[in-house]
Amino acid sequence: MYKLLICNSTLSDKLFDPGCLHTSFGIRKEKKDHYTNVPRNANLEKLPKGYLFPEISLRQHQHLEQHPDASLISLGIGDTTEPVPDIVTSRMADFASGLSTLEGYRGYGAEQGNKELRKAIAETFYKDVNVKDSEVFVSDGAQCDIARLQLLLGSRVTASVQDPSFPGYIDTSVIIGQAGDLDHETGRYHRLEYMKCGPENKFFPDLRRTSSTDVIFFCSPNNPTGHAATRQQLEQLVKFAKDNGSIIVFDSAYATYISDDSPRSIFEIPGAKEVAVEISSFSKFAGFTGVRLGWTVVPSELCFSNGFPVIHDFNRVVCTCFNGASNIAQAGGLACLSSEGFEGVRTRVNYYKENAEILLDALASLNIKAYGGQNAPYVWVHFPGMNSWEVFDMILEKANIITVPGCGFGPGGEEFLRISAFGHRESILEAARRLKALFS
Amino acid sequence: MPLHQFHFNASISSSSSPFLAPPSAFNSFSSRHQNFSLPPRDLGICRCVATPQEAKTPTAYKTNVSRNANMGKLQAGYLFPEVARRRNAHKEKYPDAQVISLGIGDTTEPIPDVITSSMSKKCQALSTLEGYSGYGAEQGEKSLRAAIRSTFYADLGIDDDDIFVSDGAKCDISRLQVVFGSNVTMAVQDPSYPAYVDSSVIMGQTGQFQTDVEKYANIEYMNCTPENGFFPDLSKSPRTDIIFFCSPNNPTGAAATREQLTRLVQFAKDNGSIIVYDSAYALYMSDDNPRSIFEIPGAREVAIETSSFSKYAGFTGVRLGWTVVPKELLFSDGFPVARDFNRVVCTCFNGASTVAQAGGLACLSPEGLKAMHEVIGFYKGNTEIIMDTFNSLGFKVYGGRNAPYVWVHFPGRSSWDVFAEILEKTHVVTTPGSGFGPGGEGFVRVSAFGHRGNVLEACKRFRQLYK
Repeated sequence: MYKLLICNSTLSDKLFDPGCLHTSFGIRKEKKDHYTNVPRNANLEKLPKGYLFPEISLRQHQHLEQHPDASLISLGIGDTTEPVPDIVTSRMADFASGLSTLEGYRGYGAEQGNKELRKAIAETFYKDVNVKDSEVFVSDGAQCDIARLQLLLGSRVTASVQDPSFPGYIDTSVIIGQAGDLDHETGRYHRLEYMKCGPENKFFPDLRRTSSTDVIFFCSPNNPTGHAATRQQLEQLVKFAKDNGSIIVFDSAYATYISDDSPRSIFEIPGAKEVAVEISSFSKFAGFTGVRLGWTVVPSELCFSNGFPVIHDFNRVVCTCFNGASNIAQAGGLACLSSEGFEGVRTRVNYYKENAEILLDALASLNIKAYGGQNAPYVWVHFPGMNSWEVFDMILEKANIITVPGCGFGPGGEEFLRISAFGHRESILEAARRLKALFS
Repeated sequence: MPLHQFHFNASISSSSSPFLAPPSAFNSFSSRHQNFSLPPRDLGICRCVATPQEAKTPTAYKTNVSRNANMGKLQAGYLFPEVARRRNAHKEKYPDAQVISLGIGDTTEPIPDVITSSMSKKCQALSTLEGYSGYGAEQGEKSLRAAIRSTFYADLGIDDDDIFVSDGAKCDISRLQVVFGSNVTMAVQDPSYPAYVDSSVIMGQTGQFQTDVEKYANIEYMNCTPENGFFPDLSKSPRTDIIFFCSPNNPTGAAATREQLTRLVQFAKDNGSIIVYDSAYALYMSDDNPRSIFEIPGAREVAIETSSFSKYAGFTGVRLGWTVVPKELLFSDGFPVARDFNRVVCTCFNGASTVAQAGGLACLSPEGLKAMHEVIGFYKGNTEIIMDTFNSLGFKVYGGRNAPYVWVHFPGRSSWDVFAEILEKTHVVTTPGSGFGPGGEGFVRVSAFGHRGNVLEACKRFRQLYK
């Protein structure tokens, strides 16, 4: 029996699912094994390790096995912990019950999403920037949308990512065949352009030194650094994209965490409709990490080099490779965007933001340089000269706290640690206490 | 904390939203005569319509990003949005017509209470400290994987962790294509469910569409016709890396026998191929044919199986399915396919909705299974009515016994013409056979999902048209 002080009130399946334990998949080379003649996809061979977050789960599980009495605090995977407001779940429950009635039964929904929800998303998040309902595609989450966008873009495009960045952009790029081979020494893929983002450049790449690529993945507020790009920075980015004919894939999943005047959508920048798509999610905004709901905006103005609108191809991929987000999740999404629902989910966002403040204060009191935390639920902590996995291990061993080593987000993350601010208040307070004890 | 820029639409509340209309008293799917002039079902939820393929008037600015050439190979919109578009255009043309949809295979009957109540409970639990859950395992919840195994794969050598829960078979097909990559060759039945071919095109496995034969280059089309009992002549089939095989079949309704599947597995083994076996309609089987490819000895080394709750539980909108990738299935270098599938599932997906999964678990309880079988039985009743109608009119009719689709032969006629004729003259939507591949030309698929009254009325209209 494990005694856990983890932020999920129920044990996550991730911890114990043998599917995540890659070590259980040995390659059995027994003579009687049948090998098909189907070649393994060479792109998948280029991913040396598992995806980052299951790897973190694995370490968590191993730690618990070795220390069954440890009261582990999980500030690693950015998993929401606080209950969803009643007003939202009761609508979802009603909708689910309604499926048992003649009037309330719904079969296939539009692959692009429920009309009302698309409208509500456009009106809630994009009212002043003239995004039309028809440009909003509801999905089962940003990670899935990233993969669908990659399928759409194909293997021949070049891509650039911030360094560090959410690993989904790089890994999907590798899988689809854009990224080339991995240079094991530098940790970079040959065909990807890495745009270093660090304290030295205010977490915004020096675009004069950045090679142009077809696609630019840009996340703001940023996972993992927590930096929200300023209006001026995003204007530079849009101009850079325009000058080079690039498409920005702008990830705004954390926009609701912004405290200051930073833009919440790329479309606040004039001209962005011609150069950008925007992806977002209800996960961190509404606690829908398990419910699965997100959206992508593809402006009708955005065209490929031959003039063909990107939106037509995205629609085709959505209709062919997807079948819409769960209608129950969509009912929940609509409830989140009602005035009462929005008020409710906002209090959760504020709760996590307060968590982030507590962590920032604790680190400040230790004179440890920490970034982010004000516009995002992540704190990006600098350990100069140290290997981030070693810091991860040390904090896990000595303080029983799970974090995420910065190098998991790219070579630019080395020397950093990401601490996520999702958790019950008492866990966060306890974590702050332990960090103070460890580092003072 | 000040609010920034977010605007509330105060009018979106359950009272004004048809999407969130409160449920009325439970009405079962009894076979009592339903009024076929029910108002349109698409209350604010309309099925996707194909957007025009031609580019809009060129805007002032174009990026320098080349369009993915694979997307350019696709000939038209995906089949079912096309059918929806025609249906909607027809409704506009005849606003008073009582259009009956036997086209897209969309379930119509309410989901049994035992299943929806578990989903309701899960939703409510998300508002509690004890009941809140965040991310689930990308492969699906352990209890559901175990229930799927024990319900569908007991004694077939499949383990719980060979099973990957998803948001549906269509989505899994694309994820499988991402695993396989662009350098594999594939074979499909002809006719077949269009997602296999279309996802193959998008993935870059195919050449250009050849308009003379209506086939994509580099795909092997295995003709399945009445003449060959809807099972391909494998002795004439060249080797491909991947073979997509659906049984019971969409659209033909044919169910492969044990003997046929044994030959298919042997064929795959001899050629080192991988079968992607789509068993989404297995529970519609009346005859004693295999419900899973893994009933065939040796299949675990050559096959993946994909399936879905859509047509069993009416989960077409709820979104839940699964794919089985046995540990024994290995690429040519010995690497387990399941490892790569797992990687794609962890990276390109984030799990099926936990609410849908709660529903799935209830589906597989004894009470849930019983309830599902009743709904399936209802649709099978519809199928019989449709088959009887076309048989009595002298048509050659296939399928229907083992699947909720009736495959009707219109020799010498263009299937889109027949589709249009039926739509124009009877206001009934069907699906033209050529939408499933050139082997479907001369056939029309009539799906058996619908309220009993609508199905009866549709059949009455067929009898009037073709008497």
